[in-house]
Amino acid sequence: MNDAKVHCAVEVVNVSKYFDDVAAVDQVNLKINKGEIFALLGGSGCGKTTLLRMLAGFEKPSQGDIKINGVSVLNSPPYQRPVNMMFQSYALFPHMTVEQNIAFGLKQDKLPAAQIVARVTEVLGLVQMEKFRSRKPAQLSGGQQQRVALARSLAKKPALLLLDEPMGALDKKLRMQMQLELANIIESVGVTCVMVTHDQEEAMTMADRIAIMDQGRIMQVGQPREIYEFPNSKLTAEFIGSINLFKAVVSGGELTCDELPGQVVAGEANAAFDGPCYVALRPEKIRLEAGRNLDAKNCAAGKVNDIAYLGSHNVIHVRLDVGAGQGKVVQVHVSNFARHATQTFDFEQSVVLSWDQDAVVLIKADQP
Amino acid sequence: MKGVFAHKFWVIVWPYIWMLVFFALPFGFILKISLAESMIAMPPYSDIWSWSDGRLTWLGSLDNYRFLLEDDLYYLAYFNSLRLAAVSTVLCLFIAYPMAYGISRMEEPYRSLFLLLVILPSWTSFLIRIYAWIGLLKTNGLVNHFFMSVGLVDEPLTMLHSDFAIYLGIVYGYLPFMILPIYANLMKLDHSLIEAGYDLGARPWKVFLTIILPLSMSGVVAGCFLVFIPAVGEFIIPELLGGPDTLMIGKVLWQEFFVNRDWPVASAIAVVMLTFLIVPIYFYRRLEMKQLGVGE
Amino acid sequence: MKISRYLLLAGLVFLYFPLLVLVIYSFNESRLVTIWTEFSVKWYLELLEDRQLMDAFFLSLQIACSTAFMSVLLGTIAAYVLVKFGRFPGQTLFSSMIIAPLVMPEVITGLSLLLLFVGLGNWLGWPASRGAMTIWIAHVTFSVAFVTIVITSRLREMDSSLEEAAMDLGATPLKVFLVITLPLISPALISGWLLAFTLSLDDLVIASFVSGPGSSTLPMVIYSSVRLGVSPKINALATIFVGLILVGSFVFWWSMQRWTRYSAAKTSGQQ
Repeated sequence: MNDAKVHCAVEVVNVSKYFDDVAAVDQVNLKINKGEIFALLGGSGCGKTTLLRMLAGFEKPSQGDIKINGVSVLNSPPYQRPVNMMFQSYALFPHMTVEQNIAFGLKQDKLPAAQIVARVTEVLGLVQMEKFRSRKPAQLSGGQQQRVALARSLAKKPALLLLDEPMGALDKKLRMQMQLELANIIESVGVTCVMVTHDQEEAMTMADRIAIMDQGRIMQVGQPREIYEFPNSKLTAEFIGSINLFKAVVSGGELTCDELPGQVVAGEANAAFDGPCYVALRPEKIRLEAGRNLDAKNCAAGKVNDIAYLGSHNVIHVRLDVGAGQGKVVQVHVSNFARHATQTFDFEQSVVLSWDQDAVVLIKADQP
Repeated sequence: MKGVFAHKFWVIVWPYIWMLVFFALPFGFILKISLAESMIAMPPYSDIWSWSDGRLTWLGSLDNYRFLLEDDLYYLAYFNSLRLAAVSTVLCLFIAYPMAYGISRMEEPYRSLFLLLVILPSWTSFLIRIYAWIGLLKTNGLVNHFFMSVGLVDEPLTMLHSDFAIYLGIVYGYLPFMILPIYANLMKLDHSLIEAGYDLGARPWKVFLTIILPLSMSGVVAGCFLVFIPAVGEFIIPELLGGPDTLMIGKVLWQEFFVNRDWPVASAIAVVMLTFLIVPIYFYRRLEMKQLGVGE
Repeated sequence: MKISRYLLLAGLVFLYFPLLVLVIYSFNESRLVTIWTEFSVKWYLELLEDRQLMDAFFLSLQIACSTAFMSVLLGTIAAYVLVKFGRFPGQTLFSSMIIAPLVMPEVITGLSLLLLFVGLGNWLGWPASRGAMTIWIAHVTFSVAFVTIVITSRLREMDSSLEEAAMDLGATPLKVFLVITLPLISPALISGWLLAFTLSLDDLVIASFVSGPGSSTLPMVIYSSVRLGVSPKINALATIFVGLILVGSFVFWWSMQRWTRYSAAKTSGQQ
C-alpha cells in the first residue's frame, strides 16, 4: 500500500447509480482524505443523498467501486461496513433510552458489558449529554436529540462518519451554534466525515472541502474559499453566494464584455482560454460611489434601483444606464462600517461602480 | 378549536343517546334477567321484584349463577373457550405478522393490491367462509381425498368436528383482523430506524427483534384483542366446524336460549362471560383510543 | 426479508383456496360436493327459484342499506365529537360505548338487545313486535363503532387549517362542516358505508336473536340450510357473493390507481 492510499480514507471510483434508466449519480470520482470533513452540496435531486446512501450501503452502485481505507466495500451490507451515519431525522429508537440507543451498535459487536458502559459514558461526555442518559428520545429537545444521534454514530469509532442534512431538523438560531459545535466534536475525534447538505452556509462553516453536485455529477471540488473565490462554472458561481454575471468573449487573450461600458481587465489567472465566457463579480467586491466620473477600465455607471437594509450590510441594486448592458441590474453589498452612515444612497441616484482587477472571475460559458 | 355548532350538546346527544339506549342499557336488562327465574310464559322469565300493598318485594335470586357453578359443563365451556381462543390467537399472530410485514415492505401499487387481497375475503360472508371448510375437512372431503390419493394416509383423518377444525376456523375467519392493525403499525414505522439498525451493525434478524417487533407491538396487541375477545364468544365456528361435544361458551349460550328457552340462564352465562372479558375490553379500548389519537 | 414475501403468498393461498373450491364445485352437476361429475349451472337456476332465499335476500339488502345510511350518519357525528370537541362530561363512557362493540362477542350483543326489546315492549309497548326494525337497530348499534373508527382516522389525518381557513374567510361553522369537512372526508364516508353494509349483510348471530317470526335474513336462511350439511346451492350463492365482491373491489382498486396516476401526471405537468 503506497503513501497516497493511506491518506485517502474513502475512494469513490467512477460510481454511477441508475433508477429506471435515469442516472441519479453519474460517474462520480472522489477521494476523501483521512480526518477531513467533506461536504456534498447541491439542490434537491442532485444525487448527493444517493451517493451518501451508497457509502452507507443502503444503495448499491450500478457501476463503479467504493473503497474505504483501500478496501472495496461494494459487497458488504450496511451492517458490516465500518461506516456509521447520523440520519436527517436522527432515527433515534423511540423505545430505547439514550443510553440504550448509544449502546445498540456496541452490543452488535458483542463487546463485554463493562466496556460498553465505559464507551457510552465516554461518548456521552463528548457531546455533553451525561445527564440525559436514561431519558427517552421523545423527552429531549431537537438539539439534544442531535447530540445523541451524533454520539450514537461515533460510539463504534467508525472509519467513516456520514451526516445526512445534519441541521435539517433544527431551527435557524440553533443551527449556527450546532454547526460549529458538531464540527469541533468531529474534529476532536478525528474521524473522517462526509456530510450532505443543501445549505451552502452549513457546508462552508463545517467542511474542510466541498463538492458541488448537480444532476448526479460533481461540478467542482475544493476548499470553501477556493469554491467561493474561484468558481469554475456558472452553476457553482450562482450556487454559492450571490454573483453578478456579464456575458463576455475571450479571443486571442483579449477580453471583450459588451454588457459593461468600459474596458474589463481580469486577473492573470483567469484568461487562460478562448471563447464565450462570463465576467463574474461578487457583490461585496464592487465599490459604489456617487457621481458620474468613469475611469477607463473596470467600472460602470447606473442608477440606484433598490435598497435593502440588512443590518450588517446593505444590498443595493444598481441599474446600468450606459452601454450595451443598459437596464441590467447589478447587486452590490455595502458594509455598514459606521452607525451614523456618512454616505447614503437614494433611489434613482446616479452612481459609479468600480472593482479591482483581482475581483474579476472569468467563467467559461457552457454553451456558446 | 371551538366546534362546528354553537351548542355542542345538540351534536353529541344523538350518537350518545343511541348508544346509551341500545348498547349500554341492554346490559342492565341482561343483568336483571340473570337474576330472574325461568318460567313458561311470554316472556319466559319471572319478575325480580313485585309491587304490592305499597311495598317493593325483592324476588330475584342468584340461583342461575349457582347453577352455572354446580354443573361442570359451564365451567368446562368457559375454560375451553378461553383456551381455544388463546391458542388460535397465537397461531393467528404467527401467520399474520409475516403477511403484514410482507405487504408493508411492498411498493405501490402492489401494496394496496395485496392489502385489498387480504381484506377481500372478510367482505364475503363469514358464514360462507366457515362453511367452505366443511367440504374440505369432512371425512370424505377434499383434503382427505387428496391425502389418500397421494398415499399420505391410508385411512381418512378425522378433521371436522375437532379442536383442530376450531383452530383452523378461528385463524381463517379472523386473520384479516390480526393483519390490519399490525400492518397499520408497520406502515407508521419510520424506515430510517431500520436503516439505522443496519448502519449500527445489526443483522436483519436482529433488527427485526430489537427494532421492528418492539415498535409494532401496539399493533400486535390490538390485533390479539381483536381476535381473542370475539373468538371467546364465537358461535358460528364451533357450531359448524366443532363436534357435538365441542364446548364453547357462545354455543352453550345459544343452546340455552334457542333450544332450552331458558333466558335467565343464558343471561347469567352472558354476564359471567362479560366479567371475563371486561378487562381485555378495557385495555383494548385504551389502546384503540391511543391509536386513534383521540385525547383523554 | 424475502421470506415474508413467500409467507404472504402462502397466507393468501390459505385465504383463497377454500373459496376457490366453493366456486369450482358450484358448477358441479352432482349433489356430492367432493366428486366432480360434469359442468352445470343448474344450482344457480335452483337458487333463483328458491322463493324463501330470494325473499331473505331482499330483506337483508333493505336492512343493510338502511343500516349503512344510519351508521354513517351517527358515525360521522360521533367521530366529529371525538376528534374536535375535546373533553366533555361523560366522554369516557361515550368512547367506551363507541369502541366496545368492535370486540363484543355477538351472542352477548344479540341476547342483551333482545332482552331490551322484550323489556321495552312490555313496559312501553314499543317495539310491539320484532322484525326488520329491531334488526336494523341492532345492526346500526354495532356498525356505528366500525364506521366511527374509519371516519375518526380520516378526520385525524385531515389538515385542520383548511377548516380554519374557511372560517377565517367568513364561513359559519355549519357551512364549514358541510362545504369543507364533509367533502374532504367523503372517501371515509364511502368506505364506512360499504363496511356497515357488509357487516349488516353478513350478520347471523345478532339477527337471529332480535328477529321475529317471518323476518328471516339471508344469513339465517343460509344457516338453516348449512346446518344440514354441504349443499351445492349454497356454493352457487357463495360464488355470486365472491364474484360480485371480487369484481367490485378490483374495479375500485383499478380506478383508484388510475386516479392517483392521473392526478400525479396532472400535478407534475403543472410544474
